[in-house]
Amino acid sequence: MLSLRNFECRYGSVRAVKGIDLDVASGELVALVGANGAGKSTLLQTLCGFVPEWNGEVSFQGAPLRRPLKPAEIVKQGISLVPEGRALFPPLSVKENLELGAYVRYRRGDHKNIAEDLEFVLELFPILRQRTKQPAGTLSGGEQQMLAIGRALMAKPGLLLLDEPCTGLAPLLVLVILETLVQLRERGITILLVEQNARAALGIADRGYVIENGRIALEGPASALLADANVQHAYLGKECRL
Amino acid sequence: MRYLFFIAAVLAAGFLTSSPYKLQLLTFIGINTLLALGLNMLMGYTGQISLGHAAFYGLGAYTSGVLTVHYHWSPWLGLAAAIVLAVAAAFFIALPLLQLSGFYLGMGTLGFGMIMFVVFRQMSLTGGDSGLVGIPGLFIGPLSLDSPRNYLFFVWAVAIISIFLCERLIHSRIGRALRAIHDSERAASSMGIDTGKLKVHIFVLSAVLAAVAGFLYAHLVSFISPSSFDFLVSVRMVTMVVIGGMASIWGSLLGAAVLTVLPETLTVFSEYEMIVYGLVLIVIMILLPQGLFRGVLDIYERAGSKAGKASARSQG
Repeated sequence: MLSLRNFECRYGSVRAVKGIDLDVASGELVALVGANGAGKSTLLQTLCGFVPEWNGEVSFQGAPLRRPLKPAEIVKQGISLVPEGRALFPPLSVKENLELGAYVRYRRGDHKNIAEDLEFVLELFPILRQRTKQPAGTLSGGEQQMLAIGRALMAKPGLLLLDEPCTGLAPLLVLVILETLVQLRERGITILLVEQNARAALGIADRGYVIENGRIALEGPASALLADANVQHAYLGKECRL
Repeated sequence: MRYLFFIAAVLAAGFLTSSPYKLQLLTFIGINTLLALGLNMLMGYTGQISLGHAAFYGLGAYTSGVLTVHYHWSPWLGLAAAIVLAVAAAFFIALPLLQLSGFYLGMGTLGFGMIMFVVFRQMSLTGGDSGLVGIPGLFIGPLSLDSPRNYLFFVWAVAIISIFLCERLIHSRIGRALRAIHDSERAASSMGIDTGKLKVHIFVLSAVLAAVAGFLYAHLVSFISPSSFDFLVSVRMVTMVVIGGMASIWGSLLGAAVLTVLPETLTVFSEYEMIVYGLVLIVIMILLPQGLFRGVLDIYERAGSKAGKASARSQG
């Protein structure tokens, strides 16, 4: 579904991602893990059109993505991002935030399906149903993360990108978010999950990539990566338990 | 329902007032409402500052004025030309300017306002500093709008229709997108919103409303001069929006009313107009950041809920 070849992004003279090959097959949940500053978020930001300088090839659903990548175009193509820090619209209500997620679909006259998807999101996150009229800024951190995921789903994406969705959440909420991602995968949604919390991410993923200093250091089935001695040493720690 | 009440209020005000002065004051409130409404769509809802909107107001007034006085066009063709010119100018200006944001956008629009002010002053067609005299009144078929009362109804009909359309727009998918841009352009663009295009469109809309207001103004007073469209007027428009309430359509009406009536009633105002606007802006920003309309409503609601609690307590 998504395939990157020799993908490189830079901020001026700084190369943040240095030639990466990465594939996400349809229906797969792929985790991209790595330390702070390894280039994980830059990769997602570039894919979504926020970092203008990049090289290499990007193809989505078999066709190369046209340059320059523009954020609005990317969404129309079917790639939705749940950004780091959520980037909700705090003064707007929960419902309005969700409706904004479906912005690109209204023009296509997709109204009936949008209503169905709204219902789907509210079933996925029942707590949001009680808060539809509340401004998004008044939600708790966990609820905001659910809203951010729900909003991205409203675009009915072929590929869902998540940038550190577990950061700053209590362990119990992390589990809720992870379980949701598993549910979404079971429903056939393709997911690329970027996470610092390697154990959590690899725990639910089909396959994983470990990124270090802008390069792929390791890749393989998530279970193999979890068992890998290097990964355990560098990212999981001996005593670390979720 | 709100609109019926509103229309009834306008009709009542129009028929119960006989003094031409007061009728004209009410008409000015309508014209200023159009100005505030347009700027509020841009500033209040979309979060894009314009300190040069008087330029579009002037463009509307002068286009129709020059075409009717010098070329004897029908005012309605003058209006059409004014709108076309405002759309063109707004597009032309918005494309480079809306790349800017915050203070830079403010400075850019300020510059545009000043350029247009100089154009109004220097062109021979506009009459320069001494202004343009003899702009004809309006007719709708055989009906003359010369009487203050007819003009009042006409202006308010335009204002009410504009308010209605703007309110529809705000509650649509586009309105949500505008508010999203206000909040974060980046986040808005990752919803698939073409933020650049939408910002240009809303800038054009607000310019058109200002130009229509300019047209109504020119054909009401029949004499226009550059000082009616200077920097102070742009500041007054911003003050109307802030006083009434950013992102409040009905607040625009209130802001326009306050800033139309106050300078007339407090004549001491005229010399210190700038200072008073500055002070009003500061005070409102600090005490009622959501504007008079929302702010007073909030105070009223809070007082109501307190009173409710107090009575519940005394009963309990």
